[in-house]
Amino acid sequence: MEQRLANTWRMTVNEKKFIESALLSGLRVDGRNVYDYRKLSINFGKEDGSAEVHLGQTRVMGFVTSQLVQPYRDRPNEGSLSIFTEFSPMADPSFEPGRPGEFAVELGRVIDRGLRESRAVDTESLCILAGKLVWAIRIDIHILDNGGNLVDAANVAALAALLTFRRPECSLGGENGQEVIVHPPEAREPLPLIIHHLPIAVTFAFFSDESTLVVDPTHQEEAVMAGRMTATLNTNGDICAIQKAGGEGVPQSVIMHCLRIAATKAADITVKIRDTVEAYNTERALRKIKRHSAPVALDVSGTGPNDWSCLWQSNIWTSY
Amino acid sequence: MEYVSPEGLRIDGRRPMEMRKLQAEIGVVAKADGSAVFEMGNTKVIAAVYGPREVQNRSQQLSDQALVRCEYSMANFSTGDRMRKPKGDRRSTEISLVIRQTMEACILTQLMPRSQIDIYVQVLQADGGTRSACINAATLALADAGIPMRDFVTSCSAGYLNSTPLLDLNYVEDSAGGPDVTVGILPKLDKVTLLQMDAKLPLDIFENVMQLAVEGCKAIADYIREVLSENTKQLEYRRGL
Repeated sequence: MEQRLANTWRMTVNEKKFIESALLSGLRVDGRNVYDYRKLSINFGKEDGSAEVHLGQTRVMGFVTSQLVQPYRDRPNEGSLSIFTEFSPMADPSFEPGRPGEFAVELGRVIDRGLRESRAVDTESLCILAGKLVWAIRIDIHILDNGGNLVDAANVAALAALLTFRRPECSLGGENGQEVIVHPPEAREPLPLIIHHLPIAVTFAFFSDESTLVVDPTHQEEAVMAGRMTATLNTNGDICAIQKAGGEGVPQSVIMHCLRIAATKAADITVKIRDTVEAYNTERALRKIKRHSAPVALDVSGTGPNDWSCLWQSNIWTSY
Repeated sequence: MEYVSPEGLRIDGRRPMEMRKLQAEIGVVAKADGSAVFEMGNTKVIAAVYGPREVQNRSQQLSDQALVRCEYSMANFSTGDRMRKPKGDRRSTEISLVIRQTMEACILTQLMPRSQIDIYVQVLQADGGTRSACINAATLALADAGIPMRDFVTSCSAGYLNSTPLLDLNYVEDSAGGPDVTVGILPKLDKVTLLQMDAKLPLDIFENVMQLAVEGCKAIADYIREVLSENTKQLEYRRGL
């Protein structure tokens, strides 16, 4: 499966044959097992709702922002969730700047189906005034480095960003309770989104030999593969979305086998995401405490009068 | 809303495992190398195939196989309200990609290097299952164009509403918010080439729904084979054989 542009990196026949014949013996070029994921690490940015995911060499960033808009006419008391992808040419020379290509659209729609249609994010809690004002959540996914398997990495980035995003709290006020006051984060603590379950995407690559399939293909394996399937599942045993857009035909038994493997992988990734998010939340809470809390540890070995003036200064800061 | 009545009838009077009426016609676009109209109930789709012909954009030429291109668009009048942007929006781009990759799996592209095969599919009436109808129409059009294929690709959709697996959803059942499983198979080889699902579904129920969709695909494959052999008989008759 190759991209169709003039500046696409083409693999040599030797490399292709090497990867394929290695896979026939169950060996992968980077030494992983057939069903192993690469190392997944999630880092968070300074702002709430930004996450950077490293999956082996693949790097993806996810940002979540919110805006007050008018709801859709047929859903007056639900907020909306939209996903935008940005395939920068920095990640891969075959990505062209400007309008998203087919793969960008496909990636956006796969993640969108996993999050929106499976009702992972609770949209009814985003409603402020039914029929007039709701929160529109916008997820921006930026691909920084294409090391293969962008869908999984982008999905994790979107989920991590959603879990750490905080929207401002609003209350109704004014004369007839119709005016909406948005409280700034300094005044009232912003609220997290209500997320019912975490849909995790697991991608499989199929090769021309029927019994060969791998989990989490790298860029080289993607250039050699004959077909691909992404299964999005959560840990409750539900399948949220499946995308197998053509490519090599596989028997039904193989598909069910893949879904079962995907269930175990999804459980691992969910645990990882939840742990990192919890660490971030604790750190965030601690950061708040430090802002207001008192004793600043001072170096006792410093000179006499300066020490006391520093302590007096720090007391001024803490009292505000 | 009740999608399956207690007697076991759906909104349009079908049984849960019943498919809509199929109707196909070949050779409708005279200029194209191959064309077909495929109807599944109220969903009507027209497909035209041009190829194999010379690649228009030299930089995209592949030296060892044919280039397959596909364009999916919905006519403005295909849905209830007039559509503003029939092609170029994200859904059309995705479905074009899906159809192209599905047909690429079955066309023997190695036999036609440095050439291009164009598949144009347009939805004339949309009532659920447009993706499946498009793939079936494309298969017929490719067969009409005489392009060598490994096997047909037939496609059908299935869903799960009111705790019943339903075959071949129409628009009302599709927009009910329940799961929608679209399957495309190569019937003789018994392999699944297209599989798309949205909305939540537990794993074991999914297996039943997918199995039901595969049965539907096989039934469509029988119908397509019938249509093509009837068409060949007509061609033989006209040639005086």
